[in-house]
Amino acid sequence: MSDSPTRYAFTSRVLHWVMAILVIAQLFLGVAMVASLDAYHLLRTVHQPLGFAILVLAVVRIGNRVLHRPPPSAGMRPAERMVATGSECLLYGLLVLQPVTGWAMLSAGGFPIALTAQLSLPAIAPRDPDLYSVLRQSHTVLGYLLFAAFTAHLCAILFHTFVLRDRILGRMTMGRRHRPAQPPQRQDQEFRVS
Amino acid sequence: MPRRGDGHEPSVGGRSGASVTRRSALIGLAAVGAIAAVDVGGFLFAGGRLTPHTVTPSRFVDRFEQVFGRHEGFRRNHAKGVSATGWFTPTGAGSAVSTASVFRAGGRHPVTGRFSLSGGLPDAVDAADTVRGLGLVFRLPEGEQWRTAMIDSPVFPDRTPDGFRDRLLASKKIPDTGKPEPAAMASFLARHPETAAAMDIIRRQPRTSGFGDSTFHGLNAFRCADRSGATVPVRWKLVPEQPVRHPGAEEASGRDYLFDALVRDVTRGPLRWRMILTIGEAGDPTDDATRPWPADRKSLDVGTLTVDAIDTEAPDNARDVNFDPLVLPNGIAPSDDPLLSARSAVYAESFNRRSGEPKSPSRVNVSEVPDER
Repeated sequence: MSDSPTRYAFTSRVLHWVMAILVIAQLFLGVAMVASLDAYHLLRTVHQPLGFAILVLAVVRIGNRVLHRPPPSAGMRPAERMVATGSECLLYGLLVLQPVTGWAMLSAGGFPIALTAQLSLPAIAPRDPDLYSVLRQSHTVLGYLLFAAFTAHLCAILFHTFVLRDRILGRMTMGRRHRPAQPPQRQDQEFRVS
Repeated sequence: MPRRGDGHEPSVGGRSGASVTRRSALIGLAAVGAIAAVDVGGFLFAGGRLTPHTVTPSRFVDRFEQVFGRHEGFRRNHAKGVSATGWFTPTGAGSAVSTASVFRAGGRHPVTGRFSLSGGLPDAVDAADTVRGLGLVFRLPEGEQWRTAMIDSPVFPDRTPDGFRDRLLASKKIPDTGKPEPAAMASFLARHPETAAAMDIIRRQPRTSGFGDSTFHGLNAFRCADRSGATVPVRWKLVPEQPVRHPGAEEASGRDYLFDALVRDVTRGPLRWRMILTIGEAGDPTDDATRPWPADRKSLDVGTLTVDAIDTEAPDNARDVNFDPLVLPNGIAPSDDPLLSARSAVYAESFNRRSGEPKSPSRVNVSEVPDER
């Protein structure tokens, strides 16, 4: 029995884990930046290029999602599948919307948007303090929403892994795949995380 | 590998061949809860929510509002000001230490500026001993910008952000006397000898008659990098070409007399300042804006700032510019001065607050400046 239909495509898995690391880092970096005096500048010089990298990856990922259907989510009830699909759409939406909001916010504030010494981005919104203010507040709200969505996603997968123990996480893992349990066998009930 | 329950404990609905018992479900839930708690707790901690006594940019700006009151739509510090426009013409001398395009010979870069008085009152009465500020944004080729916020003191009174924040409170004016509590300032200075020393230096520099004959200092050290990548510490100042006058105490008069004089000066003709870049040597403090560098340090005359128009603050001019001292062009980089990042963070918070607030007209209206007395 082949493993391929039960797992996400290789590109999907790479994109998922690379973005997971970048997005979690960015969320923590973002809240730490606005709360810091000493580290504000250093964190800002990381936050802006990292945000742009996430935007590019999010667009690539949506393209990849269209090209590669996810594996069937065996064992999920229709309602669960709806929630899963809905939260996937929400996360994709936020991963695009949040960096675009940051970019537009800097544009409306009249700031130069330098990613590196050589590369800077053009303004995508007119310079306007009221617009800046709305976008600045949106960036905070969307950031918290993204964190909440990430936390819900994390809790859901942890619930599947540790409580339901349905090995749904295996669809996204990178290592050699353990074959799904076909014939249930009698085993001890020891709780194992690994 | 976990398997379906063997009957000793009731199964509670495992799927896809996993074994789930009440015990395993509880342990699993605990694991989920613990990881979620670390996740949410870490996020709140990173955002400063669990450490209410740490000074954040927001709490720093709160201090300005505590001392000066909250004045919607205005900067929390240097609230009273006017917009200025002009240009910068480099001499080319700066290219010896920096690759920055702003220093390259032959350029002429548009500049938006803002003359201001320190303090959070947008309608403060002009006074000779109030610190004068000049913020500038140079618009450079290829979308680059250089922003700097300078004052007319040769050194800054505070070495650290915390010192500045404490000094604000110590210098808060008491409504009855209109002066700060003497004991509060004395106690502050006893705890901050660097501020006492800096204030001595500032006091020794005689006040000039107005904005036009003030020397404006960038205060913090920065690092310039030349084509070979070699860096030197620098500080900059703008030295007026206008003749400098040191008025007696009796000359000061009128609620807006400093701004009115600036407007009249520019009506008569452009004002000019030479930009002097001072090159630090090994051992010169780059992380302490309270200490001057030795007077014999090499300096470069890197160009001339010309101001040819003063305007009432309005949406399309300096009013909505955040003069963040860390918006720098390639070729100029921050030093290790802790004030720089803190200034950047606090200016951003002030900008965030005022941007969304309703705006009222600025105190200084250029079209209403009275004619020569």
